[in-house]
Amino acid sequence: MKIGILALQGAVREHRSVLRKLGAVTVDVLYPDDLNGLDGLILPGGESTTVGKLLIRYGLLEPIIQAGRSGLPVFGTCTGLILMAKNINGSNQHRLGLMDTCVERNAFGRQLNSFEADMHIPAIGKKPFHAVFIRAPYIEKAENNVKPLLVYDNKILFAEQDNLLAAAFHPELTGDTRIHRYFLEKIEKQKAE
Amino acid sequence: MTDIKKETGTLKVKRGLAEMLKGGVIMDVVTPEQAKIAEESGAVAVMALERVPSDIRAQGGVARMSDPEMISGIQNAVSIPVMAKARIGHIVEARVLESLNIDFIDESEVLTPADEVYHILKNDFKVPFVCGARNLGEALRRIGEGAAMIRTKGEAGTGDVVEAVRHIRQVSEDIQRVVSASAMELMTIAKEFGAPYELILQVKKLKRLPVVNFAAGGIATPADAALMMVLGCDGVFVGSGIFKSDNPAKRAKAIVEAVAHYQDSALIAEVSKGLGEAMRGQSVAQLDDKNKLAGRGW
Repeated sequence: MKIGILALQGAVREHRSVLRKLGAVTVDVLYPDDLNGLDGLILPGGESTTVGKLLIRYGLLEPIIQAGRSGLPVFGTCTGLILMAKNINGSNQHRLGLMDTCVERNAFGRQLNSFEADMHIPAIGKKPFHAVFIRAPYIEKAENNVKPLLVYDNKILFAEQDNLLAAAFHPELTGDTRIHRYFLEKIEKQKAE
Repeated sequence: MTDIKKETGTLKVKRGLAEMLKGGVIMDVVTPEQAKIAEESGAVAVMALERVPSDIRAQGGVARMSDPEMISGIQNAVSIPVMAKARIGHIVEARVLESLNIDFIDESEVLTPADEVYHILKNDFKVPFVCGARNLGEALRRIGEGAAMIRTKGEAGTGDVVEAVRHIRQVSEDIQRVVSASAMELMTIAKEFGAPYELILQVKKLKRLPVVNFAAGGIATPADAALMMVLGCDGVFVGSGIFKSDNPAKRAKAIVEAVAHYQDSALIAEVSKGLGEAMRGQSVAQLDDKNKLAGRGW
């Protein structure tokens, strides 16, 4: 399986190493041509305002929107979750707007409120997932077609909508590969359909 | 799910924030207006300070932590992380910055050191720290104290990239030496570098520093920034280089693009066109040792 990782800025290396552990081939996506022939695309954590601007400057925004709309599986973590949202509270920053979600940025506060915690995510198994939240966002509201996979304190922290998957935390930082595996299995399921 | 136990201020969340800044540019700003220009240009974070290093160099005097009011003003102006500098060893300046809810503290040789013997014990804090280093031993001593991110010291406020290059080359060379050494040699290397043995073992295993390593000190052009990326840095701090140049907004944007696409020379050529004059700068070779900042801290 060939998975692209948007490599403009952020935690690219970590996603690459988890995906390789799971036997996937990875491609750094820097230009529109890099999107050709991908089975899936990961939007890593980073600074969403920076990545949004670079997406525009390098003509990547439209091609990714088109690919996402025509069924390319896309998985966004943290910044990725923000970029995939239709609405971002109080911000007009550039975005892909693929998911019918409304997100709050830096929703838990500044860095001193960044945290890690064990969370129960039934979709990936019984064993709790150790999730790392860094100046993290959350999904405040979502349309009915968005399926929440993790809700804590009325906040959606992990969700999917058709070919799209988004996490407010950083599964690439923990060494637990179950979330990435879930994404790869989702791709396989979609292919089989 | 009310039984969730949240842990804050852990090594993982401190180092994690630095990981998220990779491939980005962190810019020195002295006003909320400059912070907005930096954010608009695509900076991943800003460093709030009262005087940029080249002014500290020119004006002399004691350089201290910035006015908390100014820092708060910058925090309110942007949504990206805000960093600020504390003097080497100045525990209270660091505590004050932490109480301001700053996202990262730079224990910096650019400010006048408060303690010539001890660096801050950064493990005691919940806020992450970045520290300067000239070689692997210095980097690992700071990581041992709890630094969540390292940067080259370079020679701040000069606009001369030569020292930053020297420091990243030295760190890489030292890492190579650790990686290629046999297990038996590692304690001797730890002694020679003055580095904690456990961290030498980690470097051997990871083949790199256990934390993110940025470039800093003398970066003035898009090509300078891209050079530091080519040499293996994870990202770049630009101090005086942006707001001491002719066209800060344009230069800031150009440096952001050069870092994101550091292997694309045609793109660096394109963004380098018509930037106006870079900061005038000062050649490090003409500086007396007593005027060099990199020698502060150990």
